[in-house]
Amino acid sequence: MRSSSMTRSGAVAAALGLGLVTTAACGGGGDDGDGAGASDLSMLIHVENNEIPGTLTTLSENQCATENEAAPLSVETVPQTNLDQQLQLLAGQGGLPTLYAAGNAPDLTKTLADSGHVLDFQEALTELDVIEHIEPAAISTIEGLYGGFNVLPFEYNIEGIWYNEALFDQHGVDVPQTWDELVAAAQTFADAGITPFSASGDQGWPITRLIGNYLFRSLGPDALQRVADGEASLTDPEYVEAAQAVADLGAAGFFGQGVGSIDMDTSTNEFLNGNAAMYYMGSWALSDFNDDERNDIGVENIGFMPFPDVQGGAGDRTQLAANVGLPVTMNAQAYGDATGAWLACITENYGSAALDEYNRVSGFAVNDPVDDVPQLTQEVQEQVSSTDQTVLWFEALFSTEATNTSQRNAAPLVTGSISAEEFMSMVQADLD
Amino acid sequence: MEQVLGDRKSVAILVGPALIVYSLVMLVPVFWSLGYTLFEGNAVTGFRYVGFANFADLIGDSKVHDALWFTIRYALVITVGQVLLGYGLALLYVFVLRRYSSLVRTLVFFPIVLPTVAVALLFQQLFAVAPQNGVVNSLINVFGADSIDWFGDGGTAFIVIAIMDIWRSMGFYGVLLYAGLVEIPEDVLESARIDGSGGWRMLRHIVLPLSLPVLVSAIIFSINGTLKVFDSILALTNGGPGTSTSPLTIYMFQTSFTYGEYGYGSSVALLLTIICLMVTVVIFRASRRDLTKG
Repeated sequence: MRSSSMTRSGAVAAALGLGLVTTAACGGGGDDGDGAGASDLSMLIHVENNEIPGTLTTLSENQCATENEAAPLSVETVPQTNLDQQLQLLAGQGGLPTLYAAGNAPDLTKTLADSGHVLDFQEALTELDVIEHIEPAAISTIEGLYGGFNVLPFEYNIEGIWYNEALFDQHGVDVPQTWDELVAAAQTFADAGITPFSASGDQGWPITRLIGNYLFRSLGPDALQRVADGEASLTDPEYVEAAQAVADLGAAGFFGQGVGSIDMDTSTNEFLNGNAAMYYMGSWALSDFNDDERNDIGVENIGFMPFPDVQGGAGDRTQLAANVGLPVTMNAQAYGDATGAWLACITENYGSAALDEYNRVSGFAVNDPVDDVPQLTQEVQEQVSSTDQTVLWFEALFSTEATNTSQRNAAPLVTGSISAEEFMSMVQADLD
Repeated sequence: MEQVLGDRKSVAILVGPALIVYSLVMLVPVFWSLGYTLFEGNAVTGFRYVGFANFADLIGDSKVHDALWFTIRYALVITVGQVLLGYGLALLYVFVLRRYSSLVRTLVFFPIVLPTVAVALLFQQLFAVAPQNGVVNSLINVFGADSIDWFGDGGTAFIVIAIMDIWRSMGFYGVLLYAGLVEIPEDVLESARIDGSGGWRMLRHIVLPLSLPVLVSAIIFSINGTLKVFDSILALTNGGPGTSTSPLTIYMFQTSFTYGEYGYGSSVALLLTIICLMVTVVIFRASRRDLTKG
């Protein structure tokens, strides 16, 4: 008798579970608000970025104090590696905050935009009459990446190779103009016992960036667009050549020992304490370069060179790699009067505030002139304004899965655990 | 008492609340996840019914094959390591250290108390090669050999994972098996000794058969735990370099939460569940054989 009661209870529970399974498919895609907009400027951002929360806090106390009273700023952080998971869960529950870091891959941002979680800034900023405060180059980079003006250019970065001028002078090395000269320069440093390139194999992307840039130089700025459109494959010999060129750098020991274990901070330190001669990075690293406590070699000793030409290639070194960093966007459902006023205030004032406080070059116009901008930052700004055509990065048009495969296998590629063909096949397999 | 338990109403009152809680926190998610295997998509994009397509993909997915192979290798190596060393420790406690074993037991048990992430960080530093050598590479250098990039190759990374996880858990299995060994009646051991049995013969014919039930429990415990390994590998290598140390659980986690493929991730989870179930059944069946008659 007892057991039959128990069996029946179990059956009820099982039926309940199965009933819920059938409704599982209907879950998701919740409503984030009632259309009136949020009454606060809540923000979710990766913990590694302290500049955006810092600058917004400064604005909330000064130029945007009135807007902050109507919709107070609050910041929540999450590690960058957990960001995508957090965004997907929050979006599924209808719990995205007003402002949020838009994901590690543009693919995720597009998904969020398609499901109505991302504000159309073209429309909103035009309506607020502040769109002229955004640099047109930044808007074009964003549209190229995200298929629309879907994120805010809190950063506008160029990428290239930063080098230690003192070491270059000391070893009589001229700034390389071509890939062959770059390899020769690296050999000179390696022979002298200096690590030629500091790179984080733990993160992977500082290495795959080299592959992407090589492709843009050898095959032209549309090299990876052709892969995204299915007109070319990463396993084509001309694409494998790029991975092979970077693998050869690793085989020659140009990244130093244990590149797979080197994290971002360590790779920055290796360059800033003079152990490494060159460092591929975006201009966001300027804040580290301008930090006297961290920079042992002195900011005056750091030079910037665009990624060199590949001889006989279709691209050239004037086409700088540019991006908007890991960008922040606004939740379309949280957009309303109070948050709209905040958005207008940010658009008008962020450019000057970020440059003043963090030496950050953003895609917002600098409306109040800022004094005391360090020399290297000025050079970067000039480099940005003299650039007509920009290129993206290796994984910019890839799915999240292909991005992950590429970045995780960067270290094995340069340590020789996998071949260039294997690397490109693995990434292409995720794209197919 | 018979009357109370024979009454349906009182059974419902007594069992009902616990059953509801159990259903909510255990059964519902389990069946929910099972339901996901028939869908593709995620909470952001919505779900689409795809029938058994996820299972068809699972069979042909080389990443699943690699992850499954790694999981099996890991489970075998770690289970053998931690149960054998644990059994060795238990024998040491019972037959050698006897009453003085408590200090050693505590010391060897200690690593299991430490947070996994802390242990992983410790091992990362011990086996580090960059920016400077860890203790292990320094020792290797002392003997004139070159430093090894332990985390730069899947094979050496696996060795570090194995050393770490066996070191961490052998104390626990030592205590678990010790509890089984102390239960062996002293008079049985005594009579075996009188009959001239000692050392290996005593272990083979008396100790092993009598401690078999707890040994089987330990093996089932260990193999199920190791098949589901997640935190220690995530913290130590994050499945790298590349995906050479990625078990099924890490692949499942990435598929579901990084790539947003809940359905496919659930299919990987189901595969893992079936493997755990099969292994448990196989061990149970194998352990029915009476070793004393062997």
